[in-house]
Amino acid sequence: MSSEQPTRRDFIYVASAAFAGVGAAAAAWPLIDEMNPDASVLALASIEVDLSPIDTGQSITIQWRGKPVFVRHRTREEIAEAESVPLDDLPDPQPDEDRIQRPEWLVMIGSCTHLGCVPLGQKGDFDGWFCPCHGSHYDTSGRIRKGPAPSNLEIPPYQFVSENRIRIG
Amino acid sequence: MSENNHSSSYTPRSALAKWIDKRLPLPRALHDNFSSFPTPANLNFWWTFGGILTVCLLIQIVTGIVLAMHYTPNSELAFSSVQHIMRDVNYGWLIRYVHANGSSMFFLAVYIHIFRGLYYGSYKAPRELLWMVGVVIYLLMMATAFMGYVLPWGQMSFWGATVITNLFSSIPLVGDAIVSWLWGGFAVGNPTLNRFFALHYLLPFVIVGVVLLHVWSLHVSGNGNPTGLDVKKVDKETVPFHPYYTVKDGFVIVMFLLLFAYFVFFHPNLLGHPDNYIEANPLVTPAHIVPEWYLLPFYAILRAVPSKLGGVIVMFGALGVLLLLPWLDTSKIRSAKFRPLYRQFFFIFLLVCLGLGWLGAQPAEGGYVIAARLLTVYYFAHFFVILPALGYIEKPKPMPASIEESLESKTKTEKL
Ligand code: HEM
Ligand code: FES
Repeated sequence: MSSEQPTRRDFIYVASAAFAGVGAAAAAWPLIDEMNPDASVLALASIEVDLSPIDTGQSITIQWRGKPVFVRHRTREEIAEAESVPLDDLPDPQPDEDRIQRPEWLVMIGSCTHLGCVPLGQKGDFDGWFCPCHGSHYDTSGRIRKGPAPSNLEIPPYQFVSENRIRIG
Repeated sequence: MSENNHSSSYTPRSALAKWIDKRLPLPRALHDNFSSFPTPANLNFWWTFGGILTVCLLIQIVTGIVLAMHYTPNSELAFSSVQHIMRDVNYGWLIRYVHANGSSMFFLAVYIHIFRGLYYGSYKAPRELLWMVGVVIYLLMMATAFMGYVLPWGQMSFWGATVITNLFSSIPLVGDAIVSWLWGGFAVGNPTLNRFFALHYLLPFVIVGVVLLHVWSLHVSGNGNPTGLDVKKVDKETVPFHPYYTVKDGFVIVMFLLLFAYFVFFHPNLLGHPDNYIEANPLVTPAHIVPEWYLLPFYAILRAVPSKLGGVIVMFGALGVLLLLPWLDTSKIRSAKFRPLYRQFFFIFLLVCLGLGWLGAQPAEGGYVIAARLLTVYYFAHFFVILPALGYIEKPKPMPASIEESLESKTKTEKL
C-alpha cells in the first residue's frame, strides 16, 4: 500500500476525533440549554384580565411574561383612523382587522419592535404610540409608521373567556 | 525575543533563592520582565498608561470582590442591597464609588492608551498581535462594564440591558431565540441579572489572563518609542525598567489617583445617571436612555443607521476595523512625528470620535442624526480610504538615523 492511501490508522484517527467531537457537543448542550427560559418562567405564561373597568379612551398596562401588554379601549375615531389607512402607507402592511378580535379592544405587547423600550400611549405623529428611545411612531392599531422599528407592535395570543374577560397566553 | 533579547541577568542571592530558581524560576521571570527589562530611554508620558491600566484593573477587582460580599444578585433585592452598601456597610459608600468611578477611570486610561497607539503607529509590524490582543482586552472591558452597570438594577440598568440585548434580535431567523436565551426569559429579569453577575465576576479574571498575553507579546517585540525606530544598541538606547520606569510610572499613577480621588470624593455621581437611583420598572422606560459615557460613540453609530440590522452591523464593524488596522495603514513609518499628513488626520479622527461621543448623548432626531451619519461615514473613511492612501502620497519628514542620534540631538538642544 502506498503512503497516499488511507490506512486503518487514519480511520482510527478520524473515528476518534469524530467521536470526541460528538461527545463534546453532547456534553456542552446542557450547559447551553440551561440558560434558556426555565420551567418556572414558562409556567407564568398565561394571565386573565377583567376589561369592565376600562372605559372608552382608556388603556391599562399589565405585565405578561415580564413584558408590558397594552389593553386599549379604542374610541370610535381611533378605530375609523386605523381602518382607513391604505396598506401601501405601511412599512409592515397589515389590515387593522387582522390585529384585533373586537374593534374596540386593542391588545398588544407594549415593547417597541426596535430595541424593546415601552412606547408612550396617545403620542406621536399618528395618534397611537411613540417610542422615545429612538423615535418610532405607531398608529392607533399599533402599526409602525415612522422610525427605526422594523415591524408592528406584536399581538399576544389571547381569547375572550367571557363578555368582559380575556385570557392572555 | 528579537532586538531586545537580553540574556537573563538574574542571580539568586540566597540558598533558598537558588533552590527555588532550580524548581520554579518565577523570581527570575519577574526580575527579567519587570526589573532588568531593557526599555527605550526616550519614552514620553504617553507610555505610562500601561502601568495605570494595570492599577485600574486591580482596583476594580479588589473593590468588586468586596462589593460582592454585600451585594445580592436577585431582581427583588439587588437595588436595596446597593442602597444597603451605600448606607449600612462600613465604608460601603467609598468602595462603591471607587468601583463605579473606577470603571470610568479605566476607560479614560484605555482610550488614551489606544490613541497613543494610533499616533505612534504602535500597531505596525512586529506588534500586530500585541495590538490585536489589546483590542480584545478593550472588548472584554466593554462587556464587563456593561454587565456591571446592570447589577444595581436601576432604571438605566434595566433599560440599558434591554436595548443592548435586543441588538441581537436583529440577527435574521435565530435572533429572537438568541435573545430569549440571553435573558433566560421573555424579557430582562431575574435570570438575566443572575447570569450577568456571574459573568461580571468572571470576565475581569479573563482580562487578567489576556493582559498577560499582551505583556508577553510586548516583551517579545520590546516597547516601541516616540521615534518609531527600532532599538539598535541596547546599551546606549535603553535603560532597565527598574528603577527608571518604575519611578516614572509610579509618579504618573499617583497623579492619576489624584484625579480619580477628585471624582470619588467631590463628584461621585457626575459620570453616572440620576435615573439609576430609581429602581428598575419593566413597565416604564425613562424618557432618554443613554449608556455610560465610554460607550457613547458606538451608540451614536448604532443610531445613525436607519435600519435595525444595519445599525448593529455597522456598530460592531466600528470595533472590528480596529483588528484590521495593522493592514489598512500602508505607511512603513510608525510615528506620526514624521508623518505630516497622517498627523493632521490623526487629530481630525480624534475630534470625530469625540464628536460621535457627544452625539451619542443627544436625542436621536433631526440635525443630530444627520451629523452622526456624516461622522460615521468619516470614521470608516479614515480606516478604509485615508489610511491606505496616505502611505502612497505622503512624503515623510527627515528622520534621525537611530534612537541614539535622536537622544543626542535632544541633549544638545537642552544644553543650549
Ligand atoms: C474590568 C473590571 C471591572 C469593571 C470595568 C467593572 C465595572 C462595573 C460597573 C460600571 C458597575 C456599576 C457601578 C454602579 O453604577 O453602581 C459595577 C458594579 C459591580 N461590580 Fe464591577 N467591574 C469590574 C470588576 C468587578 C469584579 C472583579 C467584581 C467581583 C465580583 C465586581 C463586582 C461588582 C458588583 C458586586 C457590582 C454591583 C454593586 C454596584 O453597583 O456598585 N466588579 N462594576
Ligand atoms: S426602542 Fe423604540 S425606537 Fe428604539
